Amino acid sequence: MNPFGTLLLRDLKLAARSGGGAALALSFFALVATLVPLGVGADLKLLARVAGGILWVAAVLSALLSLDRLFQGDFEDGSLEVIALSPLALEMTALAKIMAHWLSTGLPLTLLSPVLALLFNLDVAPTVTLFLSLLIGTPAVSAVGAIGASLTLSLKRGGLILPLIILPLLAPAVIFGAGAVRLVLDGMGSGSALGLLAAFSFGAVLLSPFAAAASVRLNLGG
Amino acid sequence: MRGDRKLFDGLSFRVTAGQALAVEGANGAGKTSLLRMIAGFLAPAAGRIVLKSAEGESAEAEERGKSIGWLGHQDGLKPQLTVREQLDFFAHLHGRKADANALERVGLARQAELPCRYLSAGQRRRLALARLLVSERPVWLLDEPFAALDTAGQGLIAQLMARHCGHGGIIIAATHDPLGLGNESLKL
Repeated sequence: MNPFGTLLLRDLKLAARSGGGAALALSFFALVATLVPLGVGADLKLLARVAGGILWVAAVLSALLSLDRLFQGDFEDGSLEVIALSPLALEMTALAKIMAHWLSTGLPLTLLSPVLALLFNLDVAPTVTLFLSLLIGTPAVSAVGAIGASLTLSLKRGGLILPLIILPLLAPAVIFGAGAVRLVLDGMGSGSALGLLAAFSFGAVLLSPFAAAASVRLNLGG
Repeated sequence: MRGDRKLFDGLSFRVTAGQALAVEGANGAGKTSLLRMIAGFLAPAAGRIVLKSAEGESAEAEERGKSIGWLGHQDGLKPQLTVREQLDFFAHLHGRKADANALERVGLARQAELPCRYLSAGQRRRLALARLLVSERPVWLLDEPFAALDTAGQGLIAQLMARHCGHGGIIIAATHDPLGLGNESLKL
């Protein structure tokens, strides 16, 4: 197997065996999605209106739970130095870690979303749009998160600063993702919002490995 | 430089194929920093580090890094992975095939299927040494290579280092203990 696939597979294996990543994110996502309808009450129309925004914010916050460990574990135990000296460029290392994070967190959150949409009284069409928006947008969450995780790498309790760095950067994803669901609820097409979300996500996945790699390099030198 | 403090100045040395160099000095003298500079993690404030090989000369840190096998303070092991999985990961990461003999050479063949969390500090160090063997890099940078090793472990690493130099490899080690290779030493 090539070095990229090797690192991707190892990170997926670690995510599955450490138990704290995907399971914690999914539990948090499900809990938030369950509590909101209890707090808002039985106004089914209101629940459907806010579903997109609430589920998108919940998904972003859930993904955040495991983001601070994206590079931290490897940095603390010395693996990152070994990886940095391997034939795999640090940019590709960052991309492998982003992919592993998305596969172990973003994808499971997306797959769970149609079930949680039932709690918000969403019809089939907005549920499908929500699913698509999360499928398109959650890679951006992992990608932008990788930049934040690399910037806070050598900081003690960097996980506390991480949300402050990346949440503002993820505003476009939340706006377009939740906006797509709202457009469908209003009887309009969601193509434009999903298109903008796809462009944002593509840009984030394309550029963030370079930013994250530069930051990792600085931290390895520090 | 460490912050505003100059760690060392006017440092010049040359290590040729088959040689070992022990970097000695008190705690905080800059031994680890020097190794990190050679590895390319740290940039020197002035001067340059050049690696010459049959393919030519390279002063670029990333290019140099491709020839370096690194054993730092931390062993770079994951508690969730088994010894074999860990070693296979390192081999494949370096574009090599997994070497079934490497674990035997460091005395960990019986622990192959054991998760790394159950290894002692000495066994973890041995596995990190096996990583150096499978990565097949010509230049070994070793930071306190004897740390956590018992007498048998120290004998083993001395044997592996001698073998590496015997095959034309280079070793630069930050250490408080003699390498026992009839090597040069650099005092910081």
